[in-house]
Amino acid sequence: MENNVEMVTIHVMGKKHGVPNDLTIMKAMEYAGHQFRRGSGCRGGYCGACATLYRVKGSYKLEGALACQKIVEEGMYIAQIPFNPAEKITYDIEKVRPAVNTMVEHYPELSRCLSCNTCTKACPQDIMVMDYVQASLRGDITQAAKLSFDCLTCGLCAVRCPAEIVPYNAATLARRLYAKYIDGPSKHVIDRAAAVEAGEYDEGIKELMEMDKEPLQKLYENRDVNIHG
Amino acid sequence: MRIAYYPGCTLKTNAKNFEDSAIASAKELGIEMVEPDRWNCCGTVHALVKDDVMHHLAPVRNLIRVEELKEADKVDSKQVVTLCAMCYNTLKRSNQTFNEDADKKQKIHDVMYKEDIKYSGNVEVLHYLEVLREIGWDKVKEAVKKPLDGLKIAPYYGCLLLRPRGIGIDNADNPTIIEDLIEALGGEVVDFAYKQKCCGAYHTVHMKEAVADLSHNVLKYAQDAGADLLITACPLCEYNLGPRQTQIKKQYPIFDSIPVVYFTQLMALAFGLNDGATAFEANKPDPTPLLTERGLME
Repeated sequence: MENNVEMVTIHVMGKKHGVPNDLTIMKAMEYAGHQFRRGSGCRGGYCGACATLYRVKGSYKLEGALACQKIVEEGMYIAQIPFNPAEKITYDIEKVRPAVNTMVEHYPELSRCLSCNTCTKACPQDIMVMDYVQASLRGDITQAAKLSFDCLTCGLCAVRCPAEIVPYNAATLARRLYAKYIDGPSKHVIDRAAAVEAGEYDEGIKELMEMDKEPLQKLYENRDVNIHG
Repeated sequence: MRIAYYPGCTLKTNAKNFEDSAIASAKELGIEMVEPDRWNCCGTVHALVKDDVMHHLAPVRNLIRVEELKEADKVDSKQVVTLCAMCYNTLKRSNQTFNEDADKKQKIHDVMYKEDIKYSGNVEVLHYLEVLREIGWDKVKEAVKKPLDGLKIAPYYGCLLLRPRGIGIDNADNPTIIEDLIEALGGEVVDFAYKQKCCGAYHTVHMKEAVADLSHNVLKYAQDAGADLLITACPLCEYNLGPRQTQIKKQYPIFDSIPVVYFTQLMALAFGLNDGATAFEANKPDPTPLLTERGLME
């Protein structure tokens, strides 16, 4: 197999390996004999468990990536960050309110942001991290929640921040405040739940349950995937 | 005698002969120079460094956002207007530094590596008062529907609109821009000696007594000159001169309160705009009794 594939050299925790050049960091590490017990989750770029720092030979810059998404490059030095000992504030969401000061009261380090933007460059999700840190700082919880919506809480922003801010945990607070107090309950979810309770879909579900595999699969493949209905 | 000796980096390398001779000669005098087990750079590298690039990152990023607006054809020019005097001062100073210091300009761009847009340096930072002056006081006068007849207004500049001189919106010693606005709105200008003196600024966070002293001076001089109220262009000045009057009263029991509003609130009033635009409900002390008494509000 290796004859047909171009190989690259990577260093995992300092140890040199030759691996096929079309593998993700995670698969390349497994190819090199590593077995994941931590730092691996969904393998689909959704869970944020496989935060990884790497540097490419010849550059002094430390880069961040999700191991399950990033394809290996020649001369990569790789280290995983399977756990991040970052600050995480405990609060009672029933008591805390989305006031101008709420974010800085819970995460005072936010006010140390100098807009260097290192966090944004570290983010494997291409989130504008600095911008939501700045929004949090000025008490714009709606903006902080919206900008950080795609966050997987991998923690690379906090690892790289020179001001030792923990953007991703602060962003979780912003999204919880936004969901509970600003955006409020979703009407379409409440309506749909009521319809389910009222038995509006019982017949349809029964019909599906009794279907043969083949027509069921066909139905699934031709389903309406417009999630906004 | 034993004395602690801090060598510094050069004495251990290029100036080793300096150190050796000093230690040896001291020994002859009965002085033992004792080096600490741990020491670091004396700090000169940090103290003498001439770049303070990090301070300019945030302002320069905002100027980049202005260029983006222009490039997207959402605005007519590369000018940006600010209302807060502190924002004006900060953006304008960074813009100046960026344009005057090629070395610093390069360093700022180096820190912003891997970002799509570089700042050209072509944004012009303006305060709203400057925009009004550019449009012309006659134009402002034309928009007035309810002239502020008989209202004695003290123009308070504070520090950030006028200094440093290189970026001030008007002559630092004898500014007239707010006076021009007051006249265009039909009000009466009350000149007073403390119009450019400091209100105490951010000391309000940890030295409210000192701020109350400074702000009391400003308000007292305006009152003695016959002012009905003061206008300002800075939220921090507004806070120190307005809501801080509670603290001033504690320190100066005979002090009588006087309203302090933003210049834009009097513009909205004179232009005949509604309560939503004048927004006096957020001001402390409340200026509405005075304005009602003068027939400017119902």
